[in-house]
Amino acid sequence: MTWSFGILALLTIIGAVAAMSPRNLVHCALSLALAFAGLAALYLRLGAQFAGFAQVLVYIGAVAILIVFAILLTRGTELPGQSVFSRTWAIGLGIAVVVFGVLSGMILSSPAAAHESAITEAPQATVRQIGDQLMSKYILPLEVTGLLLTAALIGAGIIAMHERGSRLAE
Amino acid sequence: MNPLSAYLLLSALLFAIGLAGALTRRNAILVLIGIELMLNSANLNFIAFWRYGPNPELPIGIVFVIFSIGVAAAEAAVGLALIISIYRHYQTTNVDQIDSMKG
Repeated sequence: MTWSFGILALLTIIGAVAAMSPRNLVHCALSLALAFAGLAALYLRLGAQFAGFAQVLVYIGAVAILIVFAILLTRGTELPGQSVFSRTWAIGLGIAVVVFGVLSGMILSSPAAAHESAITEAPQATVRQIGDQLMSKYILPLEVTGLLLTAALIGAGIIAMHERGSRLAE
Repeated sequence: MNPLSAYLLLSALLFAIGLAGALTRRNAILVLIGIELMLNSANLNFIAFWRYGPNPELPIGIVFVIFSIGVAAAEAAVGLALIISIYRHYQTTNVDQIDSMKG
């Protein structure tokens, strides 16, 4: 069954590379949504159904749409003569290549990689079990996350609000 | 190479792509997209270790990913609000030009 992993991984990587390559900004945001969809399919393949559906709902349904809105609200300042990459792009690319080299070296030489994979059955993580754990063992992170989301909602609204007597009113 | 290593390599590759984008692109929104890719690669790591790890009957991997998705959504909202507010003042989203606090 590794062909399904290969197709999903290829889809995710193509979406990620297209999200970072120089093109129309809206294309970048939609390629990001494609990468998120590939990741959600990979979560489903790993047996984490709740995480897969949460990924679709939150990342594709909220974060990607939010990014598209922000792109549409901040357009019209790109001069066509300027490059879309920063002046120091080679250093950034080099750092990313070094990071990937170090990580893959560690992964391939670790004892976890030398294990032959016993085909374990997929673990059961029903929504009932997750709900039980969230309400009993992880109740504190749940409440703190609720508080964080409230603060983020109020804060984002206040930051992006039109100020009174702002420059745009002139 | 067992399936766990395959997932970890994919996650490392996604992280490197997100890092390269966040470090090289000029537009502030694309930097944020790179950061979201890095967060997603960490989530994939969590789920892969939960699936192939020693204790799969505890749903700690999934619970962590749920919280991570929630926090990342809040962070994306606040980050984009900041970008919109900066655009309103500087009329640009070019990170090389927003340097009035530069020493």
